[in-house]
Amino acid sequence: MDWFPLINSLRIAAISTFIIFFAGIFAAYYIAKAPRVIKGILDVVLTLPLVLPPTVVGYLLLRVLGPKRLIGAWFLSVFELKLTMTWWSAVFATVVVIFPLMYRTARGAFESFDETLAYSAQTLGLSNTYIFWRIRMPYCKQGILAGTVLAFARALGEYGATSMIAGYTPGRTATISTTVYQLWRTNDDVRAFQWVMVNLAISFVVLLAVNLLEKRHAAK
Amino acid sequence: MSVYVDIEKRLGSFFLKVRLEAENETMALLGASGCGKSMTLKCIAGIEKPDRGCIVVDGVTLFDSENHIDLPPQERRVGLMFQNYALFPNMTVLQNIRAGASREKNRTVREAKVRQVMDRFELAELAGHYPAQLSGGQQQRVALARILVSDPRLLLLDEPFSALDSHLRFRLEQDVRKVLRSFEGTTLLVSHDRDEVFRMADSVVVMNHGSVDVCGRKKEVFAHPKTKAAAILTGCKNISPLKPCGDNTAIALDWGIKLTTAEPIGHATHLGIRMHDICHGAGENSVSCRVVEELENPFSYTVMLCPKEADCKVPIGWELDKETWHTLRAEELLIHLPPQAIVLLEDK
Repeated sequence: MDWFPLINSLRIAAISTFIIFFAGIFAAYYIAKAPRVIKGILDVVLTLPLVLPPTVVGYLLLRVLGPKRLIGAWFLSVFELKLTMTWWSAVFATVVVIFPLMYRTARGAFESFDETLAYSAQTLGLSNTYIFWRIRMPYCKQGILAGTVLAFARALGEYGATSMIAGYTPGRTATISTTVYQLWRTNDDVRAFQWVMVNLAISFVVLLAVNLLEKRHAAK
Repeated sequence: MSVYVDIEKRLGSFFLKVRLEAENETMALLGASGCGKSMTLKCIAGIEKPDRGCIVVDGVTLFDSENHIDLPPQERRVGLMFQNYALFPNMTVLQNIRAGASREKNRTVREAKVRQVMDRFELAELAGHYPAQLSGGQQQRVALARILVSDPRLLLLDEPFSALDSHLRFRLEQDVRKVLRSFEGTTLLVSHDRDEVFRMADSVVVMNHGSVDVCGRKKEVFAHPKTKAAAILTGCKNISPLKPCGDNTAIALDWGIKLTTAEPIGHATHLGIRMHDICHGAGENSVSCRVVEELENPFSYTVMLCPKEADCKVPIGWELDKETWHTLRAEELLIHLPPQAIVLLEDK
């Protein structure tokens, strides 16, 4: 069995999760503090990919990253770099699709934070950086961790936008989800089933990890 | 050691306008919930920013809108204890105290300070515990220790006992009083409990709808509350609007009786008398009353009385000890309201 789709899916998911971990927390932290109107608008915009069909996300991404489009054309002329149809093109798609998951869970966690902790820390002379990393983040740890794991799981399962922007090239851009579709389409039921089992096993392990983390937190 | 605060802040339809001065003493801010007490503390600590005004502690200007001075809370050295104590839940007691001592940059000095305060507040045994494992009283002790180790110029306590069971309050109040006595700066204490305020404070500021109603030495404020809000907050239960009918006489409209007062009526709009200041039998301002209701308290009775042959809208409450009421108990009674016990009030 060729394990390339597994490795490719894992690296795409890992890179995307790494990016949205910081981007999601950053957005959540500043938007939680923003004035109400701005908060409402940004909230809608940033949550949109969660409810849009992945094909719509893929279409919109191709509209800007495609070789003849604004950003895509610029990269092609300046760096001679094609942004679509490579294995890492899928990262663009995954990042956009999983960003709302991280953003929303992190924001929920930040909003449940007891602000008096930050206030009293300030009056005790503790710096705002210290407060963020040593008080706010530990307090919100559980929500942020849950958001990260969920985002990772969702990234592994990304299909629609990925197939549009990275396509399916065996050994180059194939992921688990695009492989399953391709194998099913070509009537290779045995191998399709193998990949389905691989996918199920990974998702099972990830969700088990989330539950164990929550249990351990509750016991403490 | 002194504190000078003169600030204004608008929050929607609420307008906070507070002016107060305190020496090296414990000053209580007494007021109903939502009157701006906590907001005042937050402005002094630097968590909220007043629209206008200035805050000076020990000659150091913390805030001055005209000269654009607005020190961040970290540089104010104002210790603020929240109602819920705000202990950092992810840190042990020792780590919480260490966080409080972070202003001290010299490690050896800092550790010595931490050890000293841990000893003083008898926290050695709790050092490794997390806040969630502590009782309310222990949490309060840690919170106080954490603030004092940060070396504040001014101590702000926001309803320090409201999160505790009532049986604990009295004992912990004694501990806090002891700490405040040895603290060398000013303490501002926010409370809505008049007994607590009377026991703990030297002076009292009564706040009402965002502004200062009355301020003064505590005994003076309790004896002569001057405003209706102050009278209510200091525990005067019998208050009636009045209609003047002479320099020293007025009709108490709620009770339908004419009363003589020791002080001239002046601009007063209300009069009041404390429940235990009412006397039995004949005397000045005597009234024959009907007993409407008797309420039994743990150690006393509250008897609700309506003056006879009068237009009585609200009964007068009279508090007396159980034994006295057992000997006096009757359907009708003669009482008198001593003129010097009647307080004249303005409704600001």
